[in-house]
Amino acid sequence: MAYPEYMKESIELVHKTRAKRLEIDKIGIQNVLTPLTEEGRKKVLSENHPDYTPDARKQIRIGPNKGEWLTTKVVEILESHSRLPTTFRLDKPDYETDVLVIGGGGAGCQAAIWARLHDAKVIISTKLRMGDANSMMSQGGMQAAVNPNDSPLIHYLDAMGGGHFDNKPALLKILTQEAPKAVKHLEDLGVIWDRIADGNLQTKTGGGTSRRRMLSSRDYTGAEIMRVLRDEVRNHPEDITVLEYFPAIELIKDQEGKIAGAILFHMETGEYAVVKAKTVIITTGGFGRLHIKDFPTTNHYGATMDGLVMAYRAGAKLLHMDSVQFHPTGAVYPPQILGFLITEKIRGFGGQPVNKFGELFVFPLEPRDVEASDYIQECRAGKGIPTPDGHIGIWLDSPIIDLIHGPGTIEKNFPAMVRQYKRFDIDIRKEPMLVYPTLHYQNGGIEINEDTSTSIPGLYAAGECSGGVHGRNRLMGNSVLDYNVFGRIAGISAAKKAKETIIAGNLTIDHIGKYEEELLSARIITPLKTPVLLPEYRNLDLVSRHLDEFDPFLPAGL
Amino acid sequence: MRNELEVKLIPIYILSRKHLVPEGSTIITAMEYAGFKLKKGIGCREGFCGACASLYRLETDFKLHGGLGCQTVVQPNMQIVQIPYTPSPKAIYDLETINPEEEVFTATYPELYRCLSCNTCAKICPQEILVMDYVQAGIKGDLALMADLSFDCIMCGLCAARCPAEITQFNAALLARRLFGKYVNKKGRFLEDRIKQIQDGKFEEGYRELMNLPKEAITKRYFDRELNFKIT
Repeated sequence: MAYPEYMKESIELVHKTRAKRLEIDKIGIQNVLTPLTEEGRKKVLSENHPDYTPDARKQIRIGPNKGEWLTTKVVEILESHSRLPTTFRLDKPDYETDVLVIGGGGAGCQAAIWARLHDAKVIISTKLRMGDANSMMSQGGMQAAVNPNDSPLIHYLDAMGGGHFDNKPALLKILTQEAPKAVKHLEDLGVIWDRIADGNLQTKTGGGTSRRRMLSSRDYTGAEIMRVLRDEVRNHPEDITVLEYFPAIELIKDQEGKIAGAILFHMETGEYAVVKAKTVIITTGGFGRLHIKDFPTTNHYGATMDGLVMAYRAGAKLLHMDSVQFHPTGAVYPPQILGFLITEKIRGFGGQPVNKFGELFVFPLEPRDVEASDYIQECRAGKGIPTPDGHIGIWLDSPIIDLIHGPGTIEKNFPAMVRQYKRFDIDIRKEPMLVYPTLHYQNGGIEINEDTSTSIPGLYAAGECSGGVHGRNRLMGNSVLDYNVFGRIAGISAAKKAKETIIAGNLTIDHIGKYEEELLSARIITPLKTPVLLPEYRNLDLVSRHLDEFDPFLPAGL
Repeated sequence: MRNELEVKLIPIYILSRKHLVPEGSTIITAMEYAGFKLKKGIGCREGFCGACASLYRLETDFKLHGGLGCQTVVQPNMQIVQIPYTPSPKAIYDLETINPEEEVFTATYPELYRCLSCNTCAKICPQEILVMDYVQAGIKGDLALMADLSFDCIMCGLCAARCPAEITQFNAALLARRLFGKYVNKKGRFLEDRIKQIQDGKFEEGYRELMNLPKEAITKRYFDRELNFKIT
């Protein structure tokens, strides 16, 4: 699977221009290719970013955000039926707990750890295994202003500008100010951060950061944090019960309208279970596996926006669900790794995006939406490299990293990337990678307040499923930070609230019946039942012959 | 997303049944093509989560091979089975009070000392980790070496499934890394200094000002900001 013959000529040009580009790196790339101005950003975004095409958004006809223009695919998923019948037995809960955490990724584990420390009994419900989440996959790092020439205020300004000034200021203050403490907490749990010789944290640049602020653990940053958090959760089986392959599919309320639990559905046995909980935290992550606008994705198999659907049906307000993050550098070749994340840390170390002539065309560390739009523009201008299966991309010159920082740098700092490509006979220490923007992150989500509470009493949200922290474009390294900072706050808030909560009367799912009525009165006809749970990748010929006898919850229409 | 090119189909065996799947597929995409809706034994699909450990045999040799389903390309007449996880004991410990001494594993994972040095673990590791070497480092009490050698572990469990000495290598390695990260790793002062500044309220006034700037003013402040990629 080495690169096909016809690409060799272009790869030669990348090799040939490298020495000159190395000179540019030495004098500071920002002095040669200056970052775009406000107007420049607006232009490249409006002309190229997938969010700006006419069919990108659609007006939602029902629910708390009724009348707003949201991402088309999001609207399609939200305007759908519940998987449950509206009459349903709730009188005998199978589980009772103080705090129910829905989602077993980074935010969910942090929430559980901190809820327990505030004397709550916790249940984690998760669709696959605990830790099977986007949190596990982040490679590049986590932002925290730790260097003397940096400050939380500069971090705040960088993230605010990157988010197009739509971030909720109070949330962003918490994110940036709590960042160093989050680093310390992870250090205390035993996370091995990359360090420089004097023991201080190694810091690199990321897209849209004006200082070196990216902390990492090789290029397994997410995996390192996630496996430590998961281990810590497992150290407390007496207080934290983990239910794997057992996702929530609807929320439950009490007679006062407070969230009072959820209905779980077992992926293997098909049984349901009722969980009665004093408070509920949603930490279900994002929507990459919905393949918005048919983009490939970097996301985990389970990233199907489930928590958002449940919360919306129960009446939670959403924020910024009109914007989608495309990561500039997804793999487009070889086809087996189409859409895979190529960490931004490659550019943080000096890796350069170049066109088919080996020419630099953009400041490599713009915020993600701007950088991605620039790549799309370059390909539209005929300066991309087509792949045999009909995709197109530009080169990400990785070998230059070893020239900038010395031999062995790539191997030491990017073991996952080296391994990934080596499996397909490509050596990224010697050859560039072919990349194109790929669906990466849900910028918006369930609107949260400073304590992660939502518009429904008893319901909290943290991590990618929440909205407001990142505005309409998240910066690199702020999502790992987000789930660590707000996962912790969610755990504490929900545990404290649980202590003063009395569940009022019988449990109810009346809100599902009301949502069905709304669908009806808006004359929405759809076969779709949600949450989606899993994407559909089976051979469609075979799916057409599928008998549903053992799979009554097969998502129709997907 | 599905390309329209003519693809060559090759035979593979899943649960003993022969299926024709596109050449170049991974085990995961081949199973999906063959009609399997995967609910377990699948995760990130990018080689980071260890959920899709698989065992397979080839007609060209006698070995039982292991690999990640999302990273292993199918070969003709491959026989495949998935190993969603390997049941493994996990020691319960309090990282605050545990003693990061050489003998830490006698209390947590004493089976480590049963290692036969057969290297079966390293041979099956899809991450090409020197598993036996880190087990031996652990036996010698070298937490730093054990942490370093095991760092790229994604905990797929194949080593533990194959180990004739019944060791749960990946869990022992995780403990070693946590102890190394917390107790052994040398720490600099910058982080503590910054946390103290925040606790002392050094940035409160700055936040108040930034958060109250009108949009035009903060936009200007942002686009005028200095880029400075030094550390101090």
